[in-house]
Amino acid sequence: MNRRDFLRTSSVVIVTFTFGRTIAESGLAQDTNLGKPVDPREVDSFLAIHADGTVTIYTSKVDVGTGLNIAMTQMVAEELGIPVDRVSVVEGDTALTPDQGGTGGSTGITRGGTELRQAAATARQALLKLGVNADMTNIGMVAGGKRLDLKVDAKAPLRDPSSYRIVGKPILRPDVPKKCTGTNVFLQDFSVPGMLHGRMIRPPSLGAKLISVDEVSIRGIPDVRVVRIQNFLGVVANDEWAAVRAAKALKTTWSESQTLPGSERLDGFVRATAIERDETIVNRGDPATALPSTAKQLSATYWWPLQSHASLGPSCAVVDFRPEGTTIWTASQGPHGLRANFARVFGIPEDKLRVIFMDGSGSYGSNGNDDAAADALLLSRAAGKPVRVQWMREDEHTWDPKGPPQLLDIRGGLDAENRIAAWETQMWLPANVQGSRPLLAVDDAGIAQPHGRGAGQISQNGDPPYAAPNVKVVVHWLKETPLRLSNLRAPGKIANIFAVESFTDELASAAGIDPLEFRLRGITDPRAIDVIKRATEMIGWESRPSPNSRTQSGSVRVGRGMAYMRYKQMENYVAMAMEVAVDRSSGKINVKRITCAHDCGLVINPDGLRNQIEGCILQTLGRTLHEETTFDRSRVTSVDWKSYPILSFPEVPAVDVALIDRPALPPMGAGEAATAPVAAALANAVFDATGVRLRRVPLKLG
Amino acid sequence: MPKYTFRVNGRAVSVDSWDPAQPLLYVLRNGLGLHAVKFGCGLGQCGACTVLIDGKAARSCSTPVAQVGGRAVTTLEGLGTPEKPDKLQAAFIAEQAAQCGYCTNGMIMSAKSLLNQTPNPTSEQVKQGMAGNLCRCGTYTRILSAVMRAVKA
Repeated sequence: MNRRDFLRTSSVVIVTFTFGRTIAESGLAQDTNLGKPVDPREVDSFLAIHADGTVTIYTSKVDVGTGLNIAMTQMVAEELGIPVDRVSVVEGDTALTPDQGGTGGSTGITRGGTELRQAAATARQALLKLGVNADMTNIGMVAGGKRLDLKVDAKAPLRDPSSYRIVGKPILRPDVPKKCTGTNVFLQDFSVPGMLHGRMIRPPSLGAKLISVDEVSIRGIPDVRVVRIQNFLGVVANDEWAAVRAAKALKTTWSESQTLPGSERLDGFVRATAIERDETIVNRGDPATALPSTAKQLSATYWWPLQSHASLGPSCAVVDFRPEGTTIWTASQGPHGLRANFARVFGIPEDKLRVIFMDGSGSYGSNGNDDAAADALLLSRAAGKPVRVQWMREDEHTWDPKGPPQLLDIRGGLDAENRIAAWETQMWLPANVQGSRPLLAVDDAGIAQPHGRGAGQISQNGDPPYAAPNVKVVVHWLKETPLRLSNLRAPGKIANIFAVESFTDELASAAGIDPLEFRLRGITDPRAIDVIKRATEMIGWESRPSPNSRTQSGSVRVGRGMAYMRYKQMENYVAMAMEVAVDRSSGKINVKRITCAHDCGLVINPDGLRNQIEGCILQTLGRTLHEETTFDRSRVTSVDWKSYPILSFPEVPAVDVALIDRPALPPMGAGEAATAPVAAALANAVFDATGVRLRRVPLKLG
Repeated sequence: MPKYTFRVNGRAVSVDSWDPAQPLLYVLRNGLGLHAVKFGCGLGQCGACTVLIDGKAARSCSTPVAQVGGRAVTTLEGLGTPEKPDKLQAAFIAEQAAQCGYCTNGMIMSAKSLLNQTPNPTSEQVKQGMAGNLCRCGTYTRILSAVMRAVKA
């Protein structure tokens, strides 16, 4: 039975007309820019002024639930001088939006927003010359429907932040009412006429080869077609449940081999992995010579496991493959990058491939979205119809590219005044390999493609942000790593700061100095001092060395810890303090309260910013307490929310965020920075409470 | 083909399903065009697919359509609209208690069920009562504030 029959036989027919469908029907993939400029040097690429006085802004930076959309709207509305409610946003459509790069590395505001702002500032000067009044009330009448035909002027004057009326206000996000009433159209909700539902049957283990498929095993399921291309195996059906059932029921035989080292002692495997090259990324003074003569010396090893993006909604894509032009609807954070890669891999000219972003489940970097798009493309090509693929839970947890395993050794020494005299960090990290990340479907189907590897800027923040005359940070770039990698929120930084800020705490403890005082003694940057003082004041910091020597009765031990960092050593300043209660008998770590002070320069939307910071903190709390992608010699074994738990409601602490606004400074992104000190602050609090130093994530008390 | 008759958001519906084990989730989304319910895990572990059946929270991803016959299903669309949100929806909007919004359906429907049974919960009761609803974006504190706001409204 197909969907139409289903509807016909229902007594109630509810017609859903989606925003996405209007795009689908109006957009032809072969007309790459639909007549609209997309060159990022042109003002018209970013802005369109309509006769009714409304303005559409176009950007490749997509809002994945971060509030980027309203923030960019505010920046443009402010600069143009029109109300926010007259601005709408088109994001991540390769036919319509200029390529400002993918959405990652906290560049949504920093690059996306500021480029739009500059285009708006350029437009405003031109509009004033055209006769639009200063309040822009006649903007539609004068300039509606017309092109400005202007280059973006990098020198067009920006408004003085002291005159801001829109930027800096907690304007509500337009998507939230829709998301709270079930009327927001997610990619997962989107359909096109004639669309089939696809589901994948992935190899049972890495590198398994498909020997046979028994189609008789799904004979009882209506209207299902099996698509096999070498080891690529999927099903398509009119009815989604039929596709789900068939993918599960289809009998297959595979040849398997044991290709993985297992996650049990992965740190040992990482340490023993062949090194491609060493890179010294910080080299100040001479720690090797200085260290042996310091008054106190310490060394420690820290470990961060592979982790999943663990999107709540499994990856999804709708693809309409046609020789005259293919359209991909995706929630990928990099629609332009996806188009370039797919064009190469599938041999489709870029001007015959249109990629359109739609809201999806939060992805926190590159989850399985690109892979789901490749699945849907191959299925659509085989079926001759548009296909929607949504992964099942196990697909997502097993096959999303992972955040890398990170091993760090640190040694350091204190001088006679208990100041950091020497510091050495060594990191063992998977080396980058040139080229794009391989797509699962493409490998399975035996199509040639690059096998690049990259997980983002994972070696940053390996040095202490405190005064130290002798510092060296060396990265051992490794030839191998067990699983496919990609950017996972705040790539590398969370683990590096976990190590650096835990070790700082270890030094403070060895010195017998309060951890807050120890940090302040080594820092002069006033913005750093501001966030550190603010976060610790908010938690009511008890000034004393760690661990907590106060006599505590029963099995519960309470403590407090802190951490500070400057993101990428050049962006946001964030300090965090935590209060924990640890049950020594059960080992349970109960986080009671978290305070955070956050300085990202100019604040565009304080409520959106707070929402991001709170999310950064709580998500990373789960990553620190629970998350580890596990695998045996053949396959990933953390395949659902039971085997890969994330933070759950009963564990949620009180979170108190202070924003430090710097209107005279450029705005920085905030989707990542507040994740970075979480693990260290927590481990430091657990040490304060118990005297036990946890150096492995997920944190477990023995 | 077997036919199943039940009520959805106050209206009688009759749907066909070739498989009596077809989860309600697919019937609502694909048969009735009610897209608020989301597929998250299909295992009843995350709560994204939550609906009310006879006023109580149920996981539509693991409730066979055959079990719904004769019963009353409420989905998020049945509570209110962006223009006229119900008390809980209004509280979620006021607290901006969403990021990506994929879990939001389940959060609101689970809270609805909780408040149906415990109209004046403490924050701790809300946290425990919604333990089966996951939010990967980490919007929990806002969701908690939203539920408590609705309690006081």
